[in-house]
Amino acid sequence: MRDLRRDYNERAVLRGVTFELDPGRTLVVIGPNGAGKSTLLRILATLLRPSGGEVEVLGAELPARAWAARGRIGYLGHEPLLYRELTVRENLEFNARLHGVDDAERRMSELLDRAGLARRATEPVRNLSAGMLQRAAICRTLLHGPELLLLDEPRTHLDLGATAVVDELLGPAEGRARVIVTHDLEGGLADADSALALRAAGDVAYVGAASVLSPGDARAILEGRL
Amino acid sequence: MSPFRAILAKDLRTELRTLESVPAMALFSATTFVLFRFGLDRDSLEGSLAAGVLLATVLFAAILAINRVFVTEREQGGFDAIRLAPVDATSLYLAKVCVLMLYLAAFELIAVPVFAIFFLDTAGGLPALAGVLLLADLGLAAIGALVSSIAVNSRARDLIAPLLLLPLLVPVMIGAAGAAEPLLLADGPSYEGFGKWIAVLALYDVVFCLVGYAVYDFLLED
Repeated sequence: MRDLRRDYNERAVLRGVTFELDPGRTLVVIGPNGAGKSTLLRILATLLRPSGGEVEVLGAELPARAWAARGRIGYLGHEPLLYRELTVRENLEFNARLHGVDDAERRMSELLDRAGLARRATEPVRNLSAGMLQRAAICRTLLHGPELLLLDEPRTHLDLGATAVVDELLGPAEGRARVIVTHDLEGGLADADSALALRAAGDVAYVGAASVLSPGDARAILEGRL
Repeated sequence: MSPFRAILAKDLRTELRTLESVPAMALFSATTFVLFRFGLDRDSLEGSLAAGVLLATVLFAAILAINRVFVTEREQGGFDAIRLAPVDATSLYLAKVCVLMLYLAAFELIAVPVFAIFFLDTAGGLPALAGVLLLADLGLAAIGALVSSIAVNSRARDLIAPLLLLPLLVPVMIGAAGAAEPLLLADGPSYEGFGKWIAVLALYDVVFCLVGYAVYDFLLED
């Protein structure tokens, strides 16, 4: 990504964002509310068009070749992207069909087991608690074996036990790159290879190795002191 | 299973579970017929007036269904989920057109007999009327799916959908009313001019199906 800009009604939400992420590596994105973190993920997920700059995801230039990246990205946003009247399994079946997942039954059962949702799989999504809904959304995100994971606050609504389960599901995997938006500075920086810190105005305060950015400096950026 | 069939099956399963659209349309039509009966102060209608009452009711019931189908999809993130998949957006368009047609057909199976009981002296024109309604449904569904996909992402969707939709549906209503009028005459159906209106209706349907197929990919993009 080079010099990305995204505007909403003439207002720049993101500007001058430049970074590169290799396969198998993790980038953590931090910044105060309204800094454009979620917008950045939606651009990478091909759901929003950049207003300027160059964006290439999994070798496909966006937005022109977005179709070449779709189906290879796992996106976990603020919304679970699940139908409330369908059961968890029906939602996963629907997504498996859209993504043309081979051996979908085995894959769904494996994910539901690992996420601790096997016993709730036949319940409508509207009956699930927020934590269970988040776990179901994570199963959807991982169902098609994406090469790039885009995770917006993946630990939202999760208790300690569920956090451990989710960390294992969404953790580093060979060849799978991850971009994680988080407000957990210590945890996020410890998990990541590189970090991108955005200011409230949507410009870049820091981009580079995660190990170089201290939680104190990250906090200062979040609070607008740096 | 193709994405088209997956989306179609998902929508039908959701409707069977929630019964949000078709029962609401049926209830709306029954209420409308009662209002027309008392408002016009007539217990029998024929010709252009009968066609007008029936098609106006079908039109507004269709708008109910079109809104329901697309607002639900947006509220539950369905558009994003589908755009994240390696799926041609025209599969979504075709599935939504089919879903709307099925809803309209199911609704008409209830509404047309009720209309006949309320207003018609003879049911001789009803078999041919079913063909007219099928073509009208295709136009309503093809144009409705197209316009709703534009409107649903707008904050003013409640305003934009009718403002764009109703003018585009005028030719469908003219064609359908022209074809239905001779079928609903008091002394039995006549087929004079029927073919001309059916051809107009079919042509308009084909044009909008092709437009939808061609542009839907672009409409879904941000």
